[in-house]
Amino acid sequence: MQDFFDIDSALSEEERAVRASVRQFVDERILPIIGDCYVEGRFPKEIIPGLAELGVFGANLPEEYGCAGLNNVAYGLIMQELERGDSGIRSFASVQGALVMYPIFAFGSEEQKKHYLPKMAAGEIIGCFGLTEPDFGSNPSGMITMAKEQADGSWILNGAKMWITNGSQAKIAVVWAKTNGDKSDKSIRGFIVPTNTPGFTAKDQKGKLSLRASDTSELVFQDVHLPKDAILPKSGGIKSPLMCLTQARYGISWGVIGAAMACYEEALAYSTSRVMFDKVIGGFQLQQQRLAIMLTEIVKAQLVSLHLGRLKDAGKLTPQQVSLAKRNNCDIATDVAREARRLLGANGILAEYASMRHMANLESVYTYEGTHDIHTLILGQAVTGLSAFN
Amino acid sequence: MKIAVCIKRVPDMETRFKIAANGTSVDESGLKYDMSDFDGYAVETALQLNEKQGPGETVVISLGPDVVQEQLRKALSMGADRAVQLKADRVPADGLAIARALAAELKEGGYDLILFGRQAVDSANATVGPMTAELLGLPCATAVSTLDIANGRATARRDLEGATEVVEFALPAVVSVDEGMPRARYPSLKGIMAAKKKPLEVKPAQLGDERISIEKMELPPERAAGRIVGEGPGAVPELVRLLHTEAKVL
Repeated sequence: MQDFFDIDSALSEEERAVRASVRQFVDERILPIIGDCYVEGRFPKEIIPGLAELGVFGANLPEEYGCAGLNNVAYGLIMQELERGDSGIRSFASVQGALVMYPIFAFGSEEQKKHYLPKMAAGEIIGCFGLTEPDFGSNPSGMITMAKEQADGSWILNGAKMWITNGSQAKIAVVWAKTNGDKSDKSIRGFIVPTNTPGFTAKDQKGKLSLRASDTSELVFQDVHLPKDAILPKSGGIKSPLMCLTQARYGISWGVIGAAMACYEEALAYSTSRVMFDKVIGGFQLQQQRLAIMLTEIVKAQLVSLHLGRLKDAGKLTPQQVSLAKRNNCDIATDVAREARRLLGANGILAEYASMRHMANLESVYTYEGTHDIHTLILGQAVTGLSAFN
Repeated sequence: MKIAVCIKRVPDMETRFKIAANGTSVDESGLKYDMSDFDGYAVETALQLNEKQGPGETVVISLGPDVVQEQLRKALSMGADRAVQLKADRVPADGLAIARALAAELKEGGYDLILFGRQAVDSANATVGPMTAELLGLPCATAVSTLDIANGRATARRDLEGATEVVEFALPAVVSVDEGMPRARYPSLKGIMAAKKKPLEVKPAQLGDERISIEKMELPPERAAGRIVGEGPGAVPELVRLLHTEAKVL
């Protein structure tokens, strides 16, 4: 879309080059197929090698582990461009990079990092992240999945996880579990679980009306026996998975801007070509107001995420700032998508256009990785010092 | 092989262009730029030749103001080894002036192969490649759609209207490439990071005299609205008559 606010002037040439490359990939390889994938309820696996070759997986992790070593603004721009294609594609990359590669990078042993990260960057190993449980979504500290250490140092894992992106196609799962019967959230540790381990099952959740071009699964662990070195040695307490969520939420704050941009662009193009009452509908005040509001909200969201990225690169970012960006940007993106769909009239309900697909996807994005309401309470707590959670 | 690829920065051709106030150029405000499409094929061709044939060097060259460094770095991020900017305030309208500057740079370079795109997608003159070849006294094959190189000789196919021509020539040579050659790869994110560390040399362009200038630039006239001559089989004779006498396509 047109760079109305000259935000590009705040990006480096390298950041713009990264965006251009991913944008071209999305235009040529994803946009032509994504509408059909969505209708068919199919994640387009065929794009994984191309995404890996481009280098999008864990792109902000260091080169020594086979990653691109980009800064966080460039990483955010990748998320934006992928979600301009579809939230399901961005979710795939977010999970791989921020929720599986990141915890291995942050909490893993050197052997685990050397073994997994280059293969994950190359798309040879796909990962999923098991935190949410059927009865513990916004309250992950309450999880009941439990790992018991055996006399020989190995582990036995029992429990279930739900709403797991990439679950059925993953080769490994990073699973968060309480340990040794301790029910406090301090006992939570991360485990790398190969999905072919006996006792591990993953089943796709059916009947989704959102994120249809993405796999969402339920994981069940029944006496899953894990070797001693399956544990992420530096993980400890609920703080560890929450650190992963901060990474992923950061990417989401950028990603949803991409979805909003796609909707805005579609609405603008439609409004300047669709004729009604003998003139293009873009000439009517009601549609102009829609477009003006969409543009304004997108620009504001871009500035929020860009500044957040600069803070992250400077090592000054707080999880509460990420909550503000995730909350705001998902909120405006859902509004932009809905208004775009309405501007498109009856055509707006067709898969041939992107707006309703984005609109439906964004309801998931609004809900996952900390719902809108939870981020509201995080901000409320941050400014009042009072917790409204319990 | 040592391969030079000459590339041009061009505006995105899907833009709705406006003519600038001076009446001789396009209004550049809000334009997005990229490497000319055919030049992208040329860079890709060079990279693949060197990847296939073992150690070599791919050098990209562009003439123009500092903004052309963006396209040079794109070529570096695709995998070219080094870049040269022939610095000039603007790109002259006279292809011969450009060719002289390129020839001056290429002359002592010891290149086995010098590649161009078939034409720049904006000015569409298709002259700079052949003129550069002439100035260097090298064989030149234009608009090739395949290129095979073995033992210091090249074989190339040219797709003509209704026919195909195969040409053969000795290296060093100048070749301009057409569609049919491999499409430009996506610059990988690692490639973009690596490009920052690759050499990009800036030299003044030794432009020759500019003997062509743009007098006037205007948008094509708006297409007139269509006309309905009638409906059903009864309208056919009138339609045929108009296609014959007015549109003159029959």
